[in-house]
Formats: sequence, C-alpha cells, structure tokens
Amino acid sequence: MSTAAAPLLELRHVSKRFGERAGLTDRLARALGARAPAGPVRALDDVSLAVGAREVVGLVGESGCGKSTLGRIVARVIEPSGGERYWKGRPYARYESREARPERLAVQMIFQDPFASLNPRMRVADIVGEAPVVHGLIARADRDAYVAEILGRVGMDASLLRRFPHQFSGGQRSRIGIARALAVRPAFLVCDEAVAALDVSIQAQVLNLFIRLREELGLAYLFISHDLGVIRHVSDRVVVMYLGRVVESAPTAEIYARPNHPYTEALVMEVPRIDARRRRYVPIRGEIPSPIAPPPGCHFHPRCPKAFARCREEAPRLREVAPGHLSACHLNDEPSP
Amino acid sequence: MSALLEVEGLRTHFFTRAGVVKAVDDVSLSLERGKVLGLVGESGSGKSVTGYSLMGLVDEPGRIVSGAIRLEGRDITALDAEAWRKLRGSRVSMIFQDPMMTLNPVLRIDTQMVEAVLAHHAVSRAAALERCREALVRVGIASPDERLRAYPHQFSGGMRQRVAIAIALVNRPALVIADEPTTALDVTIQGQILFEMQKLCRETGAGLIWITHDLSVIAGLADDVCVMYAGRIVESGPVDEILDHPLHPYTRGLLDSIPSRNVPGRPLAQIPGMTPSLLALDAGCAFRERCARSREDCRAAPATSRPAAARSLRCVNPLP
Repeated sequence: MSTAAAPLLELRHVSKRFGERAGLTDRLARALGARAPAGPVRALDDVSLAVGAREVVGLVGESGCGKSTLGRIVARVIEPSGGERYWKGRPYARYESREARPERLAVQMIFQDPFASLNPRMRVADIVGEAPVVHGLIARADRDAYVAEILGRVGMDASLLRRFPHQFSGGQRSRIGIARALAVRPAFLVCDEAVAALDVSIQAQVLNLFIRLREELGLAYLFISHDLGVIRHVSDRVVVMYLGRVVESAPTAEIYARPNHPYTEALVMEVPRIDARRRRYVPIRGEIPSPIAPPPGCHFHPRCPKAFARCREEAPRLREVAPGHLSACHLNDEPSP
Repeated sequence: MSALLEVEGLRTHFFTRAGVVKAVDDVSLSLERGKVLGLVGESGSGKSVTGYSLMGLVDEPGRIVSGAIRLEGRDITALDAEAWRKLRGSRVSMIFQDPMMTLNPVLRIDTQMVEAVLAHHAVSRAAALERCREALVRVGIASPDERLRAYPHQFSGGMRQRVAIAIALVNRPALVIADEPTTALDVTIQGQILFEMQKLCRETGAGLIWITHDLSVIAGLADDVCVMYAGRIVESGPVDEILDHPLHPYTRGLLDSIPSRNVPGRPLAQIPGMTPSLLALDAGCAFRERCARSREDCRAAPATSRPAAARSLRCVNPLP
C-alpha cells in the first residue's frame, strides 16, 4: 500500500440515498390518495475508503449493507448523494475532459451474474472489442487481433471470437466479463460478487485468474463478496460493512485473528468451515433491519449480544484499536467488564 | 429395524430431443432415523434430480428408469400419483432453495399451512391451526399468531425460508429433503437455519438429506456424505473420513479448491476443465478428463468398491 503519496482511489464521507425525489409513478399514486412512501433508503452513510496502487481491498457484508452500491459509486455507475471521490488524489470531476478519458477508463467493473451481464446478441469479439474501439484505444482494423490477445490473457482460446455468450459455460462467461473490463486497460477493478455464481471448482479457477492478473498487470481490486473465505484468500485488507456503514477495517490476517467489532466476530464465527464437524451453531439472533428505517445509534445494537445503553443512542465512530485496525464500537471506549 | 430410507441403483434419465440425459445414473444410498446425509456436488451433478426422484417429483421428459426406493421398508418407486400425493407432505417433504417455490404469494400463511395439515389429517380447522402455530414456534418464529395472518411478501428471505421449513415439518415427516435451502441466505441467517434444522432432527428423529454444493456446510451439519459427479455417487461414507481422507481424486480436488484451505494470496489448487455434458457420457469414469490420476482402464465403467466398512468408492486408481 502506498504511504506518503495519495492512494490510488479514495472515498471521503460518501453517502447515498435512494428514492429522495418522488418519481412520476409516486407522484401519481400520491395524487390518487396513496400514502407517502416510508422515506429514502439510506444505502450508504458516511463511508470513507482508500485503496492503494496494487492493493486488494475486500468488502464484506450481508444483503442490504450497501456493498454493491459502494462498488457502483466507485465505478461511476451511479453518483453519490454526498461526499467526494478521488482518483490519484484528484476529484473524479477533474477527469471529465476528453484528454482525461484514459484515466476515466482506469476503473472498471466486473459484475456478478455472468449470464445477465453479457449481451446475448453480441459476439465475443464485439463484447470485448467494442469499448477499446469506441474510446480510440485501438483502430477498428486491429480489433480482432487485440481481442484475441486479451482472451489469451484470461485463459480463453482466440478461436472463440465469433461465438455468442450462450455457447459458453458460466466459468467461461466470467472470463469474457473480465476480458471486457481489461480491454480498456484499467488499473482498478471493482469485482462485485464476481465468483458468487460459480461452482467451487470453477470458482477456484477464476480466483486464480484474478490473482495472476493482479501480478501481471499490477491491478488493484475492490473485491466485494459475502463469502469470507474468498475475501480472506484474495484481499490485503478487509472492510466490513453493516447497514450502510463501515464497522471495521483491518489487514486481512489481523481481522480474522482478532475481530474487534461484535458483528465481525459473529461473521467470522458463523462461517461454515471444513474443519468444524457437526458443530453446534450458535446463531446471532434477529434479522437484518431495513435500511429505510435503520435503528438509532449503532445499527447493530438490536442484534448485538454486548449492547448497552449508549449503543442505542449514539452511533460509534471508527477509531484505531491497533495499527491499521479501525473499528466502530463503543465497547472500545469502556473499561472491559 | 430397517433403515429409514434405502435407495438402490436409482437411474433417472431425461429423454430429450438431443438425446438421453442420464441425470442420475446408478445411485445407491441409505439413511437412518435422526441422521443427516449430505449430498454434495456441483451444478449438473444430479444431486437435485436425486432429491426430486425421492419425492416422486420427476416430470416429463424425465423418468425413473430403474432402481428401488424403500421408505421405512416400503417400496415407493412405482407409486401412482394418488399414493404419492398421500406420501408427500406427510411422510416425506422437501425444502427448496427458493422459499417462493413453496409459498403462494397471494395466500396468507395460515391458509397455506392449514391446507397442508388438512390434506393429510381429518382434524378441525382450529386443531390444524394450533399445529401450524407449534410448527412456526419450532422453527424459531416469534409471535406466530401475527405471522400466520401475514402474506409471504411481508417476510424477509430468511423468515420465508423458516415458514417453508415449518410447512415441510408440520406433519412430522420421517424424511426431509432439503435442496440448498440456505444458499440464497446471508451468513448470519444461514447460521440460524442450520441451528434450527440440527435441533429439529435431534428432537423429532426425522432423517434429513441436505443437498448442497458447499462442503463446509456439510462438514458442520452432516453425519454421512455422498459426493456426486455427473450423475453418479463417486464416493460416500462418514463425514470425518471423507473430508479427512478422501480417496476419490474429485473429492480431493473439491476440498483443495476451498479458499480457506489454501495459503491466502497464493494460487488455489484448481480442478482443470469443466463438468462434462451429461449428453455425451460414456460408461467410463466421467471425471477422467479432468483427473491427474487417470489411466487407460478409467475408460471402463468403474466398479463400486468398499475401502472401509461404511465407505464406498467408484475409482480404479484412488488416492493412497
């Protein structure tokens, strides 16, 4: 991780609320007497994050914690409601000019569903080759040779150029999605559950591809997953989110050995492990609350076995509990009981 | 006393226009009361079709071609539709990956649950409702009276799965088949469901077949495990023996490709290639194209051997 220099990518106090402005259907429904909706979905609440060059940051959390929203904001798929985004120390807005286009292309996204994320009517050569031609990175005449080269990089045969997505298996489609992202020469990939849809043996192949590409091309990743085993394997640093907030962040080995936040602790405990036989599951109680009406104070307090009065009133801030290890929990302020 | 469930040489084939898909090809297994059997395999390995076959839920163009399924000593392979209807939901029941496959979105939970009870028991509506209440409490649903009056869309994913499990258990079946019921759930919710299922098996003595692609879930839950590949069980036995000393190269490969068993950041041990098309299988070992230990005699149909009392194996060149 780069130290003195600015990180490759940085988010400062980013928040995202969905449904703030009523759409046409909402306005119509209300005009016809429907009740006003319950309020915006607070997908992200004051999230800061930095990723260094060649660093892999793993982002874990359960459904609705905002991890995909965060990934999409990083990749410019959606705009944040508040906060700033920086690329190489400069705000995203500074890369809007035509000259800055190669920098703007430097952040690319890999999607979860290898079926839905490829246009079924396009051939591989078009899926992978369209963007570099449109953005003027290569000449149209060189396209097929270029695509063949990229396919080779992701472990696919160049003879498959003329095929359509339906002619491939899930693992091969994932590789096509990765090739499409690599075609515009990115430095940073946002991988949103990129291996979640794959079988175990195929998942290992694709994870290996990610590890190899990182070494060969010097890529940095924001690796989003609900699978703590996968995150542990690929990441240098892990960020844990719960209901729109970062609750803990630490180097990978540290967070698995010494989880600080009760939620992280529960997550690490709950993961089924191959060496834990006929274990007694000790589940954390309760459900993940709705992000429309998150609980006050610490979002985790209704499910937390260690919650006390302050947790219900005041949202804990992220504080350093060990070098490079941040955690947002009031227990760190209290003398241990 | 005979085993709760005995399956012998089950073959379920699908007769498609492109050819015969041997989704389940000579599968044998047995399950005792109160035990959990893990059925592990990747997509297309035939694990779900095995489950459907045990429930009499194989649709055209599929058909059970041969083999025997005995439940509590009774052969149920060739039951007619009416007999199956009596059996399903009372003696055997199934939990699906997506709870909305079980739940009707436009009916209240009480309507659906009471229906399941009255289909098999001549009791009053009030008595049926009381049973449903108990079933909901058993799967860990708080305030069951309120929940009974709700519609499926008012529940979260984990809650819906609990309701689906409650419906599967409401008639106290002897055998429950669970097809990846926690795959779509979050880790903490998965932990809760695994906890409930474990408890229920211990308490009611029902046998449970847990179908999954995830060996780590099996490790924590099952007593025995069957590993399936391309329609066949390649290896089976007690969970500790299979996970600690796998003999089939495929089982070994699956275990080795789990990230937590590898050094972080290093390339994962991977199985090369991909699962073969079930249309193009010959009699030989279906794994041989991907196997580092394959030999000339892998082309012949591998016989089932018994390397230990409770284990079975289908490999001519097993791991030492």
